[in-house]
Amino acid sequence: MSSVHESVLGQMGRRYLWLAVGVVVAMFGLYGWQAPTGLPGGGTWLGYTLGTLAALLILWLLALGARKRSYASKLGTVRGWVSAHVYLGLAVVPVATLHAGFRFGWNVHTLAYALTCAVVVLGIVGVVLYARYPERMSANRQGRTRQQLVEEIADLDARAVRVAQALPAEFDDAMRSARDRLILGGSAFDLLAGRDGSSVVLPRAGGSSGPLSNPYQATLLAWLGDRLARSEDGELSARVQELLTLTSAKRGALERLKRDLRFQAWLDAWLYLHVPLSFGLLAALLAHVASVFIYW
Amino acid sequence: MAVSGRYTIAVIGAGPAGLSAATHAAALGVPHVLLESGPAHATTIQRYQKGKHVMAEPAVLPLRSPLPFEAATREVVLERWHEGLGKHRVNVRYGAEVSAIRGNRPEFEITLADGEVVRAEHVVLAIGVQGNPRRLGVAGDDLPCIQYQLDDPDEYRGESIVVVGAGDAAIENALALTRRNQVHLVNRAAEFSRAKEGNLTQVVKAIEAGTLNCFYKSSCERIEATPGGSRPYRLTLTTESGKAQVDADRIIARLGAIAPRRFVEEAGIRFPNAEPGALPTLSERYESSVPGLYVIGALAGYPLIKQAMNQGYEVVETILGHAVAPADEPLLEQSFSALPFGLPVTDTLALIRRRVPLFAEVNPLVLRELVLGSALHASPVGTVLFSKNDYTNSFYSIIAGSVGMELGDGGRHRITLGEGQFFGEMSLLSGRRRSGTAIAGPGCVVLESPRREILKLMSSVSAVKRGIDELFIIRAIQSSFAPEASFEELRPVAAGAKLNRYRPNDALFVEGDAADCLHLLRSGSVAVLRRLGGRDVVTSYVAAGNYVGEMGLIGRTGRSATVRANVATETVSIDAAAFATLLARNAALRDQIQATMRDRLASNARMQGQTRAGDVISFLMQQGLGEATDVLLIDEALCIGCDNCEKACAETHDGTSRLDREAGPTFARLHVPTSCRHCEDPHCMTDCPPDAIRRTAGGEVYIGDNCIGCGNCERNCPYGVIQMAQPQQAKPGLLSWLLLGRGPGPGAAEQQAPLSGATKKAVKCDMCKDLGGGPACVRACPTGAAIRISPDRFVDLARSSDE
Repeated sequence: MSSVHESVLGQMGRRYLWLAVGVVVAMFGLYGWQAPTGLPGGGTWLGYTLGTLAALLILWLLALGARKRSYASKLGTVRGWVSAHVYLGLAVVPVATLHAGFRFGWNVHTLAYALTCAVVVLGIVGVVLYARYPERMSANRQGRTRQQLVEEIADLDARAVRVAQALPAEFDDAMRSARDRLILGGSAFDLLAGRDGSSVVLPRAGGSSGPLSNPYQATLLAWLGDRLARSEDGELSARVQELLTLTSAKRGALERLKRDLRFQAWLDAWLYLHVPLSFGLLAALLAHVASVFIYW
Repeated sequence: MAVSGRYTIAVIGAGPAGLSAATHAAALGVPHVLLESGPAHATTIQRYQKGKHVMAEPAVLPLRSPLPFEAATREVVLERWHEGLGKHRVNVRYGAEVSAIRGNRPEFEITLADGEVVRAEHVVLAIGVQGNPRRLGVAGDDLPCIQYQLDDPDEYRGESIVVVGAGDAAIENALALTRRNQVHLVNRAAEFSRAKEGNLTQVVKAIEAGTLNCFYKSSCERIEATPGGSRPYRLTLTTESGKAQVDADRIIARLGAIAPRRFVEEAGIRFPNAEPGALPTLSERYESSVPGLYVIGALAGYPLIKQAMNQGYEVVETILGHAVAPADEPLLEQSFSALPFGLPVTDTLALIRRRVPLFAEVNPLVLRELVLGSALHASPVGTVLFSKNDYTNSFYSIIAGSVGMELGDGGRHRITLGEGQFFGEMSLLSGRRRSGTAIAGPGCVVLESPRREILKLMSSVSAVKRGIDELFIIRAIQSSFAPEASFEELRPVAAGAKLNRYRPNDALFVEGDAADCLHLLRSGSVAVLRRLGGRDVVTSYVAAGNYVGEMGLIGRTGRSATVRANVATETVSIDAAAFATLLARNAALRDQIQATMRDRLASNARMQGQTRAGDVISFLMQQGLGEATDVLLIDEALCIGCDNCEKACAETHDGTSRLDREAGPTFARLHVPTSCRHCEDPHCMTDCPPDAIRRTAGGEVYIGDNCIGCGNCERNCPYGVIQMAQPQQAKPGLLSWLLLGRGPGPGAAEQQAPLSGATKKAVKCDMCKDLGGGPACVRACPTGAAIRISPDRFVDLARSSDE
């Protein structure tokens, strides 16, 4: 990371770090100083103060979604908002804990607290992913775009099919099948796990096999290796060797692409939990506030 | 219609200018003929894509022609003109290609390609600048299967089509046709050396994949109709390995055009110089150096349709001996009304010409056009005309009174310029910020000419170019080395100075050479390289307005480094002897230069320890960033690929993102996305018919609302950052999306319907100049990966990426 470019945790973000630390230290100070007459919790004057502060913080943290989509907004930069979101988001947990007075139970109040913690933990996961994955993605792509990787694979497939055309039909069938049964994307699970669901139909004595799983072209490579080992025709061996080379290159590009998709999937996936849970938290928070005021 | 076998007026070329002239002659009952080489009127407009909107710029200029014209689609414009031709019974002859014009008023002989001779008393030449397409020139090239353009590639399917040519037009046509047809490409050479990079990769790929069949080192021999054959025509080719035959339905020849200049010169019309952009020498009434032979329209330097049509009217009036004031007369009258002279238009123009020696050799017509395109200011004392560091690039001539210039740091040196002098040439020529502040003095009247008008003038009148170049050299030396010296003192130094031009990658000098001169960079930028461990390492980047090569001159050693041009660069070189006189007359100068040297040596020493930093600078220079003023750079170690930058751009600019984040090269985690870098000397500005591309004082290059959608800038931009797009309807707001489910939401990828009535216009990054608060792409980046920086920070950037 260059100093001309600056991350959300960098120099500019520090001021929010100090703000968050200041808020937390001040609240702990107040908590230690005050002497509650009854049990500690939301019902005391400090409890109200802490609860109001935590609720306002949560509403402001949720507002990042709106700021991010207000593209013409002059209200700070999104990077600045994210810096503040990270540090002040972390401060919500200690403030909410003090608000609860370290007392928990099986009720809607603790549900709101648990959701708060879950959202913050997911946020930490997001920060870690954002800090680690982009650089690894960049190194993995080696200056190419995702589209270029897809095109490279299509190009290698087309070349392999052309080579196979001049060979016995079983090679032609095998290469076409490997091309047609290649799966670049896949389910969310496949993407996150980097699983390759591709398959291939290979010729067998007396017919064809059913589709065989062909992760990262391994099955096809093994079959081509087997055919090469059995070949006694010099011309044919040279062509099969070429198919092996093309398929190995395809495997390399495929691994790179799948890795890229896996990184991207993780960069996106945590947000699919972080945001809906935040709205869940908002609902629980409203229930918590309403129940406190109505049933008090 | 001919009177004693000859016409009063022969008009050549049925474009807007020629059509208007011939129709006016017809309306007045004057014996005339309109000769057009093509099969229909207005061939350039016929070649526009279907439904293209034709604009009627400049809006302030009234139309003066018997033919109607207002902004409309191509079809409507062409149809109205066609109706006008019929209504006025214009004597038009299509397919009449003129091969020669001989004679003088009133005896012209116009020879047509088929040998026929047409006689006329006056000739109006309105052939435009596109030229005629080069023909195949082989037996059978008059068969109906041959065409020289391709309007809509999807019109043909299942055909066998031969495309002849190896330029971009041929390649683009051939590739577009391969989708539905069997296509053959005939290339005279062994490779595609003239093609753009993108076309080259695509055509080679298509040939390798077998979707396009290419005949290399081949030429056409003859074409025959083969009734009853598998295809209606047969083309015979001469190839390296003998003859080859292709059966085809259609042959498309894309062999470029024959530029009209030679033809024009052969008619006896003189040009002021050999520059390719030069305009023919014309009188105020469009008469060329051949009496009775008039030149109007684009060929005369008027590319806009309305101007050309007005000239068609005026030229006929002139030929008939009617006094006619040009259509722009009221515009000039209005522009002159604020001046203290109180003279009629012609006299004011004469006064300007008399007062400013630079314009002495400019012909009245060209001067009129210049003044029309410029602004006249009668400014009260103390008015700031421009401030130091502004990015404006207009050129000022002083018609009356004086102007004070404040130069140097904090405006320490003040000089006064008087009547007839000019200023602003530094920014005009180098594309850099203003080097000083100009303030109106007593009685100040200045003519402010836009950059484009002056560049046009410089290319057509050599005296103007010479005058500006000479003064540029003196002022460049003055501002860099001797702010207190007078012009007279500097003239001998300047006399020994030379103007040098370098192409990208040319060396100004090489490490170890004898140091014989110093270079002041007038435009472009250079990289300084030192040889370390067997390879050249970039140690710094120097932009226009600075100098290089001082170390050798002061230390009297050989060159300590190699200096190469990053982009097309111009320098003023001052030889060692002349530089010595400068040093001798100013003791402080030696200190100043030594201070610069110390800084550079320190910086070089740091960079030499960081070879990767040098590589980063080399990489940035290879991306053409040497001519950038502000560039978007993405740190891939921070970028999460969310595309919020693109979304922000699209949302704030009518639905079209002007940047492509993912495209573009990457080196050492530094990614250069496809996005405008606001070049010092913008390529996009070079050929904009309505002059819609402008630069603000802050440096942002933007496209104004008067864009006519011609696409020239898109083609001229070497970085592919301009696109043609239609503005889209606004999206529903954040709340109605969130609460009511009205889509698409903010940032969603789906496109909105185009605004009704909107046409495709060129769009590019405008640095969000109208938004306030800086570029939206950078402000919307959640991780700080996207930044916009100017090249002076490249060294910092490179150094920090090496840590």
